[in-house]
Amino acid sequence: MYKIVKKQDLAPNITRFSVEAPEVARSRKPGQFVVIRAEETSERVPLTIVDSDPEKGTIDLIIQKAGFSTTRLVSFEVGDGFLDVLGPLGRPTDMEKYGTVVCVGGGVGTAVLYPIVKGLKEAGNEVITINGARNKELLILEEELGAVSDELIITTDDGSYGVKGFGSTVLQGLIDDKKNIDLVVAIGPTMMMKAVAEVTRPYKIHTIASLNAIMIDGTGMCGGCRVTVGDEVKFACVDGPEFDAHLVDFDEQIAKHHYYDKEQKCQMDLMIDKAEEERA
Amino acid sequence: MAEEKRTRPPRKKPERIPRQEMPVRLPEVRNKDFNEVALGFTPELALIEAKRCLQCPKHPCVDGCPVSVDIPGFIHLVSEGDFIGAAQKIKETNLLPSVCGRVCPQEEQCEQVCVVAKIDKPVAIGRLERFVADYEREQGAVELPKVAPSTGKKVAVVGSGPAGITVSYELLQAGHKVTIFEALHELGGVLVYGIPEFRLPKAIVAAEIETIKKLGAEIKLNMLIGKTRTIDALLDEDGFDAVFIGTGAGLPMFLNLPGENLNGISSANEFLTRVNLMKAYREEYTTPIKVGKKVAVIGAGNVAMDAARAAKRVGGDDVEVSIIYRRARDQMPARAEELHHAEEEGIIFNLLTNPIRFIGSENNAVTATECIKMELGEPDDSGRRRPIPIEGSEHTVETDTVIVALGTTPRKFISETTPDLKTSKWGTFLVDEETGKTSKKGVFAGGDIVTGSATVIKAMGAGRVAAIAINEYLAGL
Ligand SMILES: Cc1cc2nc3c(=O)[nH]c(=O)nc-3n(C[C@H](O)[C@H](O)[C@H](O)COP(=O)(O)OP(=O)(O)OC[C@H]3O[C@@H](n4cnc5c(N)ncnc54)[C@H](O)[C@@H]3O)c2cc1C
Ligand SMILES: Cc1cc2nc3c(=O)[nH]c(=O)nc-3n(C[C@H](O)[C@H](O)[C@H](O)COP(=O)(O)OP(=O)(O)OC[C@H]3O[C@@H](n4cnc5c(N)ncnc54)[C@H](O)[C@@H]3O)c2cc1C
Ligand code: SF4
Ligand code: SF4
Ligand code: FES
Repeated sequence: MYKIVKKQDLAPNITRFSVEAPEVARSRKPGQFVVIRAEETSERVPLTIVDSDPEKGTIDLIIQKAGFSTTRLVSFEVGDGFLDVLGPLGRPTDMEKYGTVVCVGGGVGTAVLYPIVKGLKEAGNEVITINGARNKELLILEEELGAVSDELIITTDDGSYGVKGFGSTVLQGLIDDKKNIDLVVAIGPTMMMKAVAEVTRPYKIHTIASLNAIMIDGTGMCGGCRVTVGDEVKFACVDGPEFDAHLVDFDEQIAKHHYYDKEQKCQMDLMIDKAEEERA
Repeated sequence: MAEEKRTRPPRKKPERIPRQEMPVRLPEVRNKDFNEVALGFTPELALIEAKRCLQCPKHPCVDGCPVSVDIPGFIHLVSEGDFIGAAQKIKETNLLPSVCGRVCPQEEQCEQVCVVAKIDKPVAIGRLERFVADYEREQGAVELPKVAPSTGKKVAVVGSGPAGITVSYELLQAGHKVTIFEALHELGGVLVYGIPEFRLPKAIVAAEIETIKKLGAEIKLNMLIGKTRTIDALLDEDGFDAVFIGTGAGLPMFLNLPGENLNGISSANEFLTRVNLMKAYREEYTTPIKVGKKVAVIGAGNVAMDAARAAKRVGGDDVEVSIIYRRARDQMPARAEELHHAEEEGIIFNLLTNPIRFIGSENNAVTATECIKMELGEPDDSGRRRPIPIEGSEHTVETDTVIVALGTTPRKFISETTPDLKTSKWGTFLVDEETGKTSKKGVFAGGDIVTGSATVIKAMGAGRVAAIAINEYLAGL
């Protein structure tokens, strides 16, 4: 059992947890993730380690309700425990000094981005962060990102806060302003990462995307997380989750995300039925 | 081991008793659920079968068994009705008889060299082994072995497949403290995530593992060594005196053909993990699984048969499951019994056929497999006749689900983080065969991580060899 010691709602549908996992806390590096199984009948869900405290032996996770499994995870309370927490998995981000780095986060991808922004800043980079959300209510980690970025630009799709529009558009603006950019890191919905990759491609700005491939074990055993990167097939859980965004076949990833749509909808419907039964 | 004294009745003339068939469930019934296919001998059948053993003084069968089970010894006890004694006899060298009796390729091992095979079908050693082990467990007669006084020495066992289980059992008996580190959320390795319930019920594996827990092993699940902790940290910081690595060969190989990343194409490991470890076939589990109406399984080993038969069960009555294999029938590497069961259950064998690409729909789902016909040419390095494509024989087969079962190689988490561990170009660990010693002091290895994918009993044999060497190593510290 991996005990939950803290729980905090960040936005509608987005919750932050601190979970006791001392072995993970002491070896984890930014960019890595865990695989969590909530209870015996649950799926294994990959989640980024947003922060960790090796002293207290805790890791922080930010979970967005996307479907059945994440909804179940978010229903856990302080004092409860997750049955299994495996990690740290994946390759850590290369924390070098690149110069000027623009980090583009969207939705819950912002949670994945946060430890990377923090690490890149500590490595001596000038970090400009573009934090995007659909609307003001859904925006997360504004304060935290502000504290570790040289400049923070907020975007909302509906203009309810910050700049109206997408992160990719703001990035294009920075490039047009002749800003010298050495690296772009994009983490968020697959469509958004694809858009960012298309913005930087003509300028040959090295761009990294952190893929949220479908995973089962997270240990290189199933190949369910295969991604096509250039001419090669890679396993996102072992070789990633970060890859060169100019080489990733994003369309393939988008298609993979819809493969189990029907089965997942069934699970959700069952869960809703059950909740209604209980209420009645 | 095999040389110890045995009390044997005088040699008898061979009695002409036919090999006893083991009751199995009807194919059209069993291919709809995950309950066990073979039902096992009854005591009566076991008594008759045991009479077929000639109690040969040279007992070639024992040499055919990778862990030298005292086969005539245990069969003699069976013939006297002492089933529990027989089980205990086997356990002197084989800790998991109820597993091995079910999954050993007996026809290539103990039974292949049985003397009776010269005149008739061999003695059903595996079935007898399975029977006595099941009998012992069902009677609640399994006794914990004696444990030597504590030595104060600590050993880390990495991986909990047959190799790791065997090493742990032996070292615990020798009085050492054992901690098992397992990456997954359950112990058992391939026995739990690979081999399906209908062939090896998980309750049996769990019962065997229970023994190790009772002997005092400390269990650490969700520990991916090389990531969560390194081998060096175990030795230098955590105070382990020795490490055994039994991490198997878990990395699935793919065909590297165009279209292989389409939706609906998975490795056998993924498919079987969803089914077995994640119990997708049980309603209360939330793991999604998808089987269409036309399933193609690429490969013809045990793994391919397991995947095909599991797909049939998940997919339901109107699903058509075919094996696509580039060689001929008698070259299929799966166990004879598994091939037979698969065929009975309605699996189609598409032999001398090789896939060349996968074709998808606009939403990226596989819709067809393009194949080419093959013919057999000259023998290759493995001695098998090499399959050669027949030009112009390309054809497409409607397919909505593809399961690739080509074999597996070791993963690199440990070798990448432990540079002084020597590996081959295939990623397998280089060890001294007599001891399981690796190139690193205090580190031993065995099972599929050394041999590449092999068998349960070979992994167990390697575990025994390593345990003896580890005992010696610890005594010298
Ligand atoms: C390396 C990695 C790190 C991640 N980090 C985080 C994180 O820090 N916080 C967080 O909230 N989520 C994170 N995710 C995504 C998270 O794992 C998925 O949202 C979750 O698995 C969805 O499960 P579900 O049953 O709730 O939804 P489902 O019902 O399975 O799916 C709902 C929707 O989410 C999509 N989806 C399914 N699986 C994934 C997946 N693995 N990744 C992305 N989308 C998926 C589906 O296509 C569908 O559209 C990460 C994913 C990966 C691979
Ligand atoms: C589907 C299938 C069917 C098979 N059928 C048969 C059969 O009928 N008969 C037969 O004899 N053989 C069969 N085999 C082969 C047999 O199962 C293997 O040869 C045997 O299990 C190898 O045992 P092992 O202990 O070496 O490794 P495994 O059983 O592979 O166990 C290794 C364990 O180590 C864990 N691990 C891996 N890396 C790490 C790490 N870094 N840190 C911590 N833990 C780690 C894994 O999660 C796993 O639990 C089959 C295999 C498969 C896949
Ligand atoms: S362990 Fe396997 S090979 Fe050895 S006697 Fe038993 S069935 Fe035969
Ligand atoms: S070779 Fe066959 S007949 Fe002879 S002892 Fe072994 S099992 Fe019995
Ligand atoms: S999740 Fe199974 S190999 Fe990556």
